[in-house]
Amino acid sequence: MSRQIDVSDLDIYYGSFLAVEKVTMEIKPRSITALIGPSGCGKSTFLRSLNRMHEVIPGARVEGKVVLDGQDLYGPGVDPVAVRRSVGMVFQNPNPFPTMSIYDNVLAGMRLNNKRMKRADADEVVEQSLRGANLWNEVKDRLDRPGAGLSGGQQQRLCIARAIAVQPQVLLMDEPCSALDPISTLAIEDLMGELKKEYTIVIVTHNMQQASRVSDRTGFFNIEGTGKPGKLVEMDATDTIFSNPSVKATEDYVSGRFG
Amino acid sequence: MSTPSTREPAQRDEEHQHGPGDAGALSKHQPPSLADSMHGSLPRWAGAAAAGLAVLVAAALLAVTGLHVALAVIVGVVVGVAAFVIASRAVEGERAATDRFVTALVTVAFVVALLPLLSVVWTTVSRGAARFDVAFFTQSMSGIVGEGGGAYHAIMGTLIITGLATLISVPIGTMTAIYLVEYGGDNKLSKVVTFLVDVMTGIPSIVAGLFSLALFTLIFGPGLRLGIMGAIALSVLMIPIVVRAVEEMLRIVPARLRESAYALGVPKWRTIVKVVLPTAASGIASGIVIAIARVMGETAPLLVTVGLTSATNFNPFDGRMPVLPVFAYYQIITPGIPPQAFIDRAWTSALVLILFVMVLNVAARVLAKALAPKTR
Repeated sequence: MSRQIDVSDLDIYYGSFLAVEKVTMEIKPRSITALIGPSGCGKSTFLRSLNRMHEVIPGARVEGKVVLDGQDLYGPGVDPVAVRRSVGMVFQNPNPFPTMSIYDNVLAGMRLNNKRMKRADADEVVEQSLRGANLWNEVKDRLDRPGAGLSGGQQQRLCIARAIAVQPQVLLMDEPCSALDPISTLAIEDLMGELKKEYTIVIVTHNMQQASRVSDRTGFFNIEGTGKPGKLVEMDATDTIFSNPSVKATEDYVSGRFG
Repeated sequence: MSTPSTREPAQRDEEHQHGPGDAGALSKHQPPSLADSMHGSLPRWAGAAAAGLAVLVAAALLAVTGLHVALAVIVGVVVGVAAFVIASRAVEGERAATDRFVTALVTVAFVVALLPLLSVVWTTVSRGAARFDVAFFTQSMSGIVGEGGGAYHAIMGTLIITGLATLISVPIGTMTAIYLVEYGGDNKLSKVVTFLVDVMTGIPSIVAGLFSLALFTLIFGPGLRLGIMGAIALSVLMIPIVVRAVEEMLRIVPARLRESAYALGVPKWRTIVKVVLPTAASGIASGIVIAIARVMGETAPLLVTVGLTSATNFNPFDGRMPVLPVFAYYQIITPGIPPQAFIDRAWTSALVLILFVMVLNVAARVLAKALAPKTR
């Protein structure tokens, strides 16, 4: 299930504004890659370009290549909808569909795409996904209740279950814990450790302890000033980035001497 | 990071006020101690007492001086409010008195706004009750020249024409709103459409009737009166209302719901059909029902497009079709002799129309509640 992503010379534009410049990055399979950096440096934009979600914003476009398993995601004839089916995403705020039950939320990826399933298969997928998201034991008795009735941390794990139910090759997480309390955060970090056995995970986080706890490799993004494009300053093994980075800006940022 | 910078102007203001230059002002603006600011408070029945006083004064003026009713009421209200505020100032102090004064003004305004509504309902109910009987709902005016008869034909006509108008307006209006919110963005076309919708919500209803009349006259020649003409006239009025209601509801569906559907590889159109519309369903349904209620009582456009008959006509594509507002209009404008039976029928028609609108509004609330996303 797990695949490598190769990004080369990726420029991301909003209209004529260059938001992220010349990113070249290799994202290893079955590992967690963390993206850190100050607000507005383009790390979320970059993350969203990995499954063409940034195209939701009018005028957004990219130049360069994102190659997943030998296939350029931006190649001619590639359908963004198909890309998103193999590269799943979890957002900052838990956002289960308010009109659906917990059960239907997990199956949303199939149900919304009108995929016909036998009841037994559907039950199987729901249990597998909820177990995968460490939520099964908490909700197994109330699968028919609305997903919006869960706590924030549970809702976020429901969203993760929903994302892994469609069996993507890569899972993108955009600050998945920033709206959660420390206990829920811990639950999700543990979950990431489990998930990386099967998935390639890329996570954007503002929490450097989190990056150092969960990730195998870390990329530091920075921006020189307002209106300038964000850049990937440095990327290396997480230990190296946090203990012995090769660029001064990285060291300043991870040690809190910035701004 | 942003918190200190937003606080800065306020801090500067304070520094400015209490700058080293005006130390005198500083001591003058010492906040009063808590003990100084303690006041009594008026008893809870003070408001009711003030209202009672207003009524008493008005009644006394009426009885003693024979003043005009409106004038007496105005004097009574002024006296009541004044007494209320003066009492409050004496007991509770300046600030509370100002608060009481504004509360009193708002309450008076509320009552003034409510009066015409209550008056309309009361007049219609009391005068419409005379003919609010079984015959009114089961008989048409076929062969009736004096007393008796009913509005069965007009009630059916109203239901058929409003139903047809709904069938035409809801798909067009909903899809227009979907285009505006989901596809149009800020492009030229959606700006033009939004502008036209704004203009259309304001057009006089007779214009809608004349539009429909002109349309059918152009195609089929003059002198035509059909139920469908009325339905189209009502649609012209209803579409902009539906567009507005649905547009507002779609706009409040959070963008992150759409995003999370896209992130699951769901195409845009399916996201709209299966995520956005169900999430907004409650608001959309009640908006549509309110739109129906709004056009149901339209008279002018139906007067020129559907005409009136005394017999029931179930076919909107063949001949004149009676509707309640037009029926009521003709009953009261061209009564027979003696006129009372006609006037009674007109009032009862009005009452039935109000009841329809009321039922629709209740239905809107029930629908909204039933379709709203649940959290438990």
